[in-house]
Amino acid sequence: MTGTLLTLNGLTKAYPGVVANNNVSFEIGEGEVHALLGENGAGKSTLVKMIYGLVKPDSGQMTMRGQDYAPVKPSAARQAGVAMVFQHFSLFDALNVAENIALGMENPPKMGDLASRIKEVSETYGLPLDPYRTVGDLSAGERQRVEIIRCLLQDPKLLIMDEPTSVLTPQEVDILFETLRKLSAEGTAILYISHKLEEIRALCDNATILRLGEVVGDCVPRDTTARDMAEMMVGSKLHVPERAGGDIGPVLLELNDLTVASPAEFGTALKGISMQVRSGEILGIGGVAGNGQDELLGALSGELPTSPGTIVLEGQEVGNLGPVARRKLGLLTAPEERLGHAAAPDMSLIENAVLTGSVREGLENKGFLKWGKARSFAETIIEKFDVRTPGPGNAARSLSGGNLQKFVIGREVLQRPDVLVVNQPTWGVDAAAAADIRQSLLDLAAAGAAVICISQDLDELMEISDHFAALNEGRLSDIRPAKGLTVDEIGLMMGGAHGMEVAHV
Amino acid sequence: MDFSSINPVLLLASLIVAATPLLLAAIGELVVEKAGVLNLGVEGMMITGAICGFAISVNTGSPVLGLVAAALGGAALSLLFALLTQYALANQVASGLALTLFGLGLSALIGQGYQGIKPPSFPRFDIPLLSDIPFIGPVLFTQDFIVYLAFFLTLGVWAMLKYSRAGLILRAVGESHDAAHALGYKVVRIRVIAILFGGACAGMGGAYISLIRVPQWTEGMTAGIGWIALALVVFASWKPWRVLLGACLFGGINVLQLNLQAAGVAIPVEFLAMSPYVITIIVLVIMSADRSGAPASLGKVFHAGN
Amino acid sequence: MIKLEKRPQPSQAWTYLTPLLAVVLTMVVGGALFAWLGKDPLVAIKTIFWEPLFSEFAFYYRPQLLVKGAPLVLIAIGLSLGFRAGIWNIGAEGQYIMGAIVGAGVGLAFYPMEAFYIFPLMVIAGAFGGWIWAMIPAFLKVRFGTNEILVSLMLVYVAEQLLASMSLGLLRNPEGMGFPGSRNLRDYASAHNAELITGTGMHWGVVAALIAVIFAYVLLNRHMLGFHIRLTGEAPRAAKFAGVNPSRLILICLGTSGALAGVAGLFEVSGPAGQVSIDFNVGYGFTAIIVAFLGRLHPVGILLAGALMALTYIGGEIAQSKLGLPAAAIQLFQGMLLFFLLTVDVLTNFRIRLAKREVA
Repeated sequence: MTGTLLTLNGLTKAYPGVVANNNVSFEIGEGEVHALLGENGAGKSTLVKMIYGLVKPDSGQMTMRGQDYAPVKPSAARQAGVAMVFQHFSLFDALNVAENIALGMENPPKMGDLASRIKEVSETYGLPLDPYRTVGDLSAGERQRVEIIRCLLQDPKLLIMDEPTSVLTPQEVDILFETLRKLSAEGTAILYISHKLEEIRALCDNATILRLGEVVGDCVPRDTTARDMAEMMVGSKLHVPERAGGDIGPVLLELNDLTVASPAEFGTALKGISMQVRSGEILGIGGVAGNGQDELLGALSGELPTSPGTIVLEGQEVGNLGPVARRKLGLLTAPEERLGHAAAPDMSLIENAVLTGSVREGLENKGFLKWGKARSFAETIIEKFDVRTPGPGNAARSLSGGNLQKFVIGREVLQRPDVLVVNQPTWGVDAAAAADIRQSLLDLAAAGAAVICISQDLDELMEISDHFAALNEGRLSDIRPAKGLTVDEIGLMMGGAHGMEVAHV
Repeated sequence: MDFSSINPVLLLASLIVAATPLLLAAIGELVVEKAGVLNLGVEGMMITGAICGFAISVNTGSPVLGLVAAALGGAALSLLFALLTQYALANQVASGLALTLFGLGLSALIGQGYQGIKPPSFPRFDIPLLSDIPFIGPVLFTQDFIVYLAFFLTLGVWAMLKYSRAGLILRAVGESHDAAHALGYKVVRIRVIAILFGGACAGMGGAYISLIRVPQWTEGMTAGIGWIALALVVFASWKPWRVLLGACLFGGINVLQLNLQAAGVAIPVEFLAMSPYVITIIVLVIMSADRSGAPASLGKVFHAGN
Repeated sequence: MIKLEKRPQPSQAWTYLTPLLAVVLTMVVGGALFAWLGKDPLVAIKTIFWEPLFSEFAFYYRPQLLVKGAPLVLIAIGLSLGFRAGIWNIGAEGQYIMGAIVGAGVGLAFYPMEAFYIFPLMVIAGAFGGWIWAMIPAFLKVRFGTNEILVSLMLVYVAEQLLASMSLGLLRNPEGMGFPGSRNLRDYASAHNAELITGTGMHWGVVAALIAVIFAYVLLNRHMLGFHIRLTGEAPRAAKFAGVNPSRLILICLGTSGALAGVAGLFEVSGPAGQVSIDFNVGYGFTAIIVAFLGRLHPVGILLAGALMALTYIGGEIAQSKLGLPAAAIQLFQGMLLFFLLTVDVLTNFRIRLAKREVA
């Protein structure tokens, strides 16, 4: 490390009702891999947006190599040598790789030249990519390569990576880290944002920890235990979910060679999925995003009907039934997307309680709604699941992510399902709410329900699952007992390195 | 029945005359939709362009000034749509309908006192040499310059979308406004420019009807051509050359049914007159399976938010 | 610089205030327009909004309010169900025409027989005519995914041609000395939609409109189907998750709006208009779109908006004859109303803030 690249000094940014960043200061050295660690909602995204020119700070300054640095727009940041790999990809599905990369560059060369440079760089860094493929057809890992190569083509001084490993298998993570270490050795500084402590310990030179918008500590990750970092990040001792250890009972749900086409243009079809889930069991289904998770949930919820025999619920064929009929029989689901899928953003919590609760909770009579009963059901969810909101009359979109997720999970759990299927139950949720949600799933299984938890968070799956399987390109791996599985084995179940290779530099 | 009265050269030449306003309006709307905006106000912008062009032509005696005024009038009306949908974040379907209703009223008001007048005629532009080619010459190369303008506009839009950076950015904005915003592109500004371009094109298309095709002013004279232009964009799967093809097809149907009416075919006049609309529906049905070219953000409201 | 900031939830107060604000803004800008046309804006506004209700000839105009308002409300109620679900039937004008043709056709088929059941049969036939016309875009959308906006609109032009064909052919009055147009249903007691109370303008269409308002109110607020309609409009994916069958909803919403437009046409042709003629339709199907939005797609709101829009029709006619205000000015006035409404609607969901310039 030769000197300081970027200095942040007293950055503050407030939005109405919330201070996203309060007086944040730290330094990133040339070629340093610097971790920015914090929970969801700690203000990491806002901070990064300020560095990348998407948001202007209310007060505070930044300097780069001693010069004032105040990008008014992303292109100014790019010109100053800052590049960013987004968490929610900033890619265009219908365009090809080269076009996507050109859009992220200031002065892109001609398409033909660009394509050959993409090939060259992608091979140098072990990130194989065909410049003429349509981005919508790529896997999540490949899409990330597009973003990384887009950054590398601009010879950045600072590369910002926002939660890059959430879309990768463990093997792919190792290869990515190799690439990042090489970049760092070549003098590129990396600002690495994550909440995964082991990764940070494996990769980063220094870490800055954010909580509720403020810097609460710095550390050298290699010399700090994961536990200490976690406590700095969360601010209190974490409640670890407990297992009551109920008995595994009879098979409640069975899939027989389930094959479904995806309704989405760039979706993944399910191919020949068979499995059994028993009473009292939690089956964890891992896999990188976009490998058929949404489709599996849709097939189970009844949004994507199939032939009757492919889905059997307690001996009854339900594959051709719609969502309402399946709910009546005890198969409940909670999709990944909270706003717009699991809940209607502009509708009140009462109306959102009716959304799935009408049948099992008796909220309707011959088609006429019982609003009084619906209100008390919503109030019960709010109370039992500790949903923070002024009242059930408030719109779903006014709730924070964690609170709305508690409402959604609570709505299904309180309907006493025989089988509950959840997709990404704690995605984007703060640690305390996540722990509550996991506990409620464990309790539900302990009471005799069968639970399927689809998630990309392997730690979560290892914590709560009895059995584990992984989705890879629409196929389900073998189902294996979760206990004793190694990270390597899990990675291979998820599809291994997907053809990535270690950088050739 | 007397089919001998139908002269194929005249028929094809008038096909091009019928196709031009459709082509102009549809190519403009194609750009708007490629930017992710659905402007259903084409009919309103066309009729406004028709009267603006007509009034200015009559008052100045210059059809070219009239054409410019038509483009400005259409663009001005589309600016209202842009303000509504891009700044006030109103629903695009409702705003487009409002634009059409407003445009019909506005044009009727401006058009008071222009009924029954003949506008100054538009200079024809015979391309030397080419216009002497038998059959093809009189069909393709002795048209007024707006026909050529429409053709080159189509060519230009095609080239821009396919080869230029501006076209790439436009497509990117229509594909995912959030991703485009994250990369620092000015989504709203780009869309407003596209909307204005669409409005200007629709305005010129309208003026072509009132100045050349008919040529006179009557209330509501666009008679659904703006809506057919919208259908044409779907028909063309958002591809410029297919818009050209579609415009010729619809122009042809219209000219043919008018000729059949004149020739006294044993089909009642009303049924011939409804045929372009019925055929539009049939074509829409056939094409609705293919949405491959549809921009993914089409019709969605964009708000940068936090 | 003005910034918009999304409210955590829609503002109740602005939901009610925006239509009023839009009306006021339209009056101001409309007044300026009238001034530009050389008319005294205050007199013009007063003529349009005051005279039909309170002038010395109000006894003549007030019944007209019901006559003009009823079809607007009937059609707008139907449209609002679809609009709420994101299903855009903009071809109500065509469905209105078809309801009139089919309904009048059934009545004329019985001519000159007199029977009590003829008029009810005509009402059913009118609803059927509008329904079947709306089922074309509905079916095409469900079966092929065809855009219902364009199809329903194209069918307006087709219906207009059919209307012309009927007035000149099949339904032409055999005793009409060759003039286009059918027999006058006002002269055929069993088929006449007469005033229920003389001098009030109250006819069966008004009754039907009121029933439609109540029906829609109960449907949207108390019934699962209404809940599903709202849910589909707010969040289509959530609606599918809840178990809504989108195809069924499309058929129901388009079918209902078509049937309501159809009966509106039937009540018009058998009463105020009297006969099927080439210029029978006067654009109620399009104005109803404004009414639906102005009423914020709420049944009671639509009732009020329908009354207001009927007022501008009548007041516009008075202003036309008394002040020489062009008919187009009223049309423009109505279009403006929709514009302003859509503009100020932003206040319901967003707060306006003055902020220093910042990177967006």
